[in-house]
This record gives sequence, C-alpha cells and structure tokens, in this order.
Amino acid sequence: MSEKHHIIQVWFFVGILLLVYGVVIFANGVAEWSNPPDTVLASLHAPVWWGALLAVLGSLFCFLFRPAKKT
Amino acid sequence: MFSSLLTFVAPQRLVHLSPTDLFIIAFYFVLVLGIGFYLKRFATTGEDFFLAGREMTAWVAGLAFVSANLGSLELLGWAGSAYQYGILATHWYWIGAIPAMVFLGLVMMPFYYISKTHSVPGYLQMRYGPEASGLSAITFAIMTILMSGVNMYAMAVVMQVVLGWNINFSLWVSSLTVGVYVAAGGLFSAIFNEVLQFFLIWFGALLIPILGLVETHGWKGMVARIHQNFPGQDFTHMWGPMRSVNDNPMGIHWVAIVFGLAMVQSMGYWTTDFLVVQRVLSAKDIRSAKMAPIIGSFFKMAVPLIVILPGLLGRAVLPMHLVDASKATAGQFTYNQVLPLMLARYCGPGLLGLGITALIAGFMAGMAGNVSAFATVWTYDLYRPFLRKNAPDKHYVSMGRWCTVIGLFVSIGTAYLVMGFASIMDYVQALFGFFIAPLFGTVILGMMWKRVTRWAGFLGLLAGTTSSVTMFFLMKHSEYWVGVFALNPQAKGLAQDMFQALWSCVTCVVVTLLVTLVTKPRPDAELKGLVYSLTDLAHEQHASVFHRPLFWGVLAMVILVVLQIIFW
Repeated sequence: MSEKHHIIQVWFFVGILLLVYGVVIFANGVAEWSNPPDTVLASLHAPVWWGALLAVLGSLFCFLFRPAKKT
Repeated sequence: MFSSLLTFVAPQRLVHLSPTDLFIIAFYFVLVLGIGFYLKRFATTGEDFFLAGREMTAWVAGLAFVSANLGSLELLGWAGSAYQYGILATHWYWIGAIPAMVFLGLVMMPFYYISKTHSVPGYLQMRYGPEASGLSAITFAIMTILMSGVNMYAMAVVMQVVLGWNINFSLWVSSLTVGVYVAAGGLFSAIFNEVLQFFLIWFGALLIPILGLVETHGWKGMVARIHQNFPGQDFTHMWGPMRSVNDNPMGIHWVAIVFGLAMVQSMGYWTTDFLVVQRVLSAKDIRSAKMAPIIGSFFKMAVPLIVILPGLLGRAVLPMHLVDASKATAGQFTYNQVLPLMLARYCGPGLLGLGITALIAGFMAGMAGNVSAFATVWTYDLYRPFLRKNAPDKHYVSMGRWCTVIGLFVSIGTAYLVMGFASIMDYVQALFGFFIAPLFGTVILGMMWKRVTRWAGFLGLLAGTTSSVTMFFLMKHSEYWVGVFALNPQAKGLAQDMFQALWSCVTCVVVTLLVTLVTKPRPDAELKGLVYSLTDLAHEQHASVFHRPLFWGVLAMVILVVLQIIFW
C-alpha cells in the first residue's frame, strides 16, 4: 500500500487503537474485579480477557507493521 | 426502515458512560484527526485525493469495500429487523450480497479497472456518452449528499437517545471532524477510517453474541427460548417459511428474494453504487481489484454474527417485548433499540465505551464515504466535463477539497431539514433506491453487448428510473398497486422494494434493447477496453490456484450454499 508514497500502513494505526483500548479495558476490568458492574454474566469478567485479547492483537499489529526506518 | 429507527420512545437514556468510556470515545476522535493530518501530505494529485493513489492492497480495499456498507444505521436497523423478522433478515447479508460481490470481482471489475475510470458515471461517459453519464452523476451526487445529511441526523438522534447527548453537539462535532480529515487526506483518509471502523465494530459488537450464547447455553438453547417466548412463530429458518407469504413475519415470497434481491437489487448496489465501487478502484493492480470484493465477501458472510444473532438473542433473553416504532408508547422499547439494549445488558464501563465508539465510528465512516464519493463525482463527472474541461490537476484537487467542505455543510443543512420534517427521510431513502436497480441494467448491458447504443443507454436508464419512481408512489398511494407490483397486497416495505427493483431493471433492459434495435451502434474501435468481446482480459493460468480470484470466488459461493442448507 505504501510503495509509492511510503505511507505508514493502516494496520499500524489499527494496532495503536487496539493496544490503547485493550490496556484501558483490561485495567478497568482488573480494577472492578472485586466489585463488578451490574451487568448480566459480570462474573465472567469479560473486560479482563477481552481487554487482554485486544492488547495482544494491538501489540502484534504495532510490531509487525511498525514504520520502517528511513534510509 | 431508517425513519422508524429514529422514532425512539425511551423513558430515559439507555446507557450511562463512565470516564473510561469517555476516554475511549475521545481517543478515537484524536486518532482519526491525527491520521487525517498525517495523510494530507500524500494527497497532492487528483489520483491521490480521489482514488487514494490507486495503491491499496486487496485486503485494505476489500475491508474498506465491506466497511462502506457496515455503518451504524445498518447495524442498528438490521439488528432490529432480525428481532422483528427473525433470521430472514440474513438474506440481505448472504444471497443479497455474496453473489453480487463475487460477480463484481470476477466479471465487472476488470472493465472498471482496465478502462481506468475514476467512477461509475465515468465508465458510462466512456461507454455511452455524456447523456447517460450526466444523468447518473447528477442523481448520484444529489442522493449522496442527502444521504450524508440523513446519516448525520441519525447519528445525532441515536446519541441523544442512547447517551443523552445534545443533538447539535453530536451533529457539529462529528461533521467537523469528518470534514477536516476528508478534506485533508481525501480517499486516503476515508479508507483508513473505514478500516479502523471495521475493527472497532467487530471488537465492539462481538462480545454480545458470545455472551448471549453463553447465557442461552448455545444456539439450541436460544432457539428453545425463542419458541418458549413466542410460541407458534418461526424466527430461525431462512427458506422454509417463505413457501407462502403468510408463513413468515415479513410477508415475503422466495421469488422476491431470489429475483428481486439477489439478481437485481444487490447486483445493482454492490456493482454500480459508486460509494462502494470507489473503494475497489483504489486497488493497486487488477488482481487486487478482483480480489478486494471477494475478500470482502468472506467478511460480509460473517457479519450476521454481530448483527443478526444479537437480534435473535434479544428475542430469547430480553425480559420485555420490543415493538414497532409506530406502535410504541411511552416506556416501551422499539425493535431498533435491540442492539443498544443488548450492549447495555452485557457490557460495563470500558466495553460499553468500545461499543459506543464503534457506533460513532460507523456513522462517521458513513459520512466520510458519502462526502468523498460526492467530491469525486462532482469534480470528475460534472465539473470537469460540463464546466471546466482542461484545468491543471491541482485545480481539480482544490475543487475536491472545497467540494468536501461545501458538501458537508449541505449535509448539515439536510440534517436540520430532516429534523424539521421527518417524513423527508423516507423519501430520501427511497430516492436512492430509485436509481440503483436500473443503473445495473445499463452498466451490465453496456459491458456485455457491444451493439448497445449511446441513446439506448440513456433512454433505458431514464425509463427504468422513471418506472421506479412511478411504482413507488403508486404503492404508497394504494394497496391495490402493492398487489399489482409486489404480487401481494399485504407485502411489507422490504418486499415492495424488491419488486420495485426487479420491475424497474426489467423496464430499463427492455427499453435499452428496443432503442438499440433502431439506432446506430458505435464503431468497435471506440469500445475497446469497455466491452467484453473487445477487451483483452488478463488470464491467470500462470498463477497458483490459491492466487486466483476465481478459486476464492467459487469458495465463497460454496460456503454460501452450505450456509443456506444449514439454516434452511
């Protein structure tokens, strides 16, 4: 995608988005672990594992599609 | 459907956001604006601004292609339809999309790409001449900008009802954000945002079916609960209940789905609506252009997981029965609120912000798509051929940027107009449908048959469009005409749309054929690269099976058939 213009690939921005959201949601899930919100199936602690999944995927995208150094 | 989407009758806002949720929303706005400013430096030529430099990979173009149709109105509306009509709504994602996407990739994309057109009206200009192209460009430009306004208004209302936000605040903040990043980076920005939106929507909505199925102990448990809550009604089979119009809640016959939806309406939308085709035209080479819609078709097949399944789960687990917007009284929830209700049921702080951001991103990507397509069609198909032919490229880029800003303000004006006269919205939605089905007839005949003439193309398109408008108003006027055109006086709106599309396309084809027979065709030399029999299409006998679009297209169709059998 970036052959002509050397644009940072869109996947890198996707990675940033997922990583930031993953960390925030994971941290929020951990913080409310002993006092989960009043939602159905709150005992499953979905924010913790969903946040972790987003953070892992985001890190992967950021790493694989990190901007190349200019030569 | 969409106007009823906005008729929320909620006693209070549906959800309350925490500081974490607000941070998630704010971060999205900061990120897309940052990306817009970053991309501005790359959008310098016309090809960059209007076609993203024609350097997108098949994956990026494919995701943008399918995202352009994955806006929030679609999500909320189709989840509501799934609650109302059951799994029948899946037809619009499967048979009403996949064959058309595969057909676009394998059959039509080579012509769009080889002709180097920048738009669908641009192809009509080369194939037929300025009459058909002008008609198509004017109608598309007007409808696109009106749709953008409707989209903005819809977002503002949804945000008001779901979050309690002020309508003017939502309208202006989202519009100005879209305006800034599209004016800066053109189609680059629109496509980048659509890819972000794709991930947001999936990760924001996928938890609902996962947790829903955990709660109901799987698909069988969900079906059992639906039967228990709504005895005697079939919401979980796709084809069986369509043997008769009286056996299904939509009042639709399988003939309308196969011939109206699959063969005309979806073909028209996915292959000639420039908003979606523009994403594929940005592909870096012809193989990527052919692969993009096929890649998109696999993701499209999966979308019912996050749209239809939450609607069905709503029937199974929600303690209240949702009702039609027109019949809702204070305190009742409507069909179209099923997705926010399910979101609020399972998602606490953080996850709720993610879901709401996905909705906002969907709305904003929809606006960006409309505005960028409008800028392209106005600049290349109306301004350049009819107003200023030989200006430098920079002038057209500048025109595109100004168009984006002006288009946005027209959209905001439309949004306020709709706010004052809600019934306008039905007509705007309907108007868009008027042009798509006959346009498919005009484009496909032009591609496949070299004999079709300049005036046949124009008059066929005009006749098809006129017949579509006439049928719409006749069916609005009296049930008698619903019985005539839709074969059943009780046919609901969606069923009427299918038959309207079918008959308008037939009218277009018949008039085109008749006029062709009495007018003189263009010489073959003028049609090279535009018509099937006069175009050298690249063959892929040297590519491995896994690199051939044909292989993936056939695979998509096989999976489609298997899914139909499973959910028959």
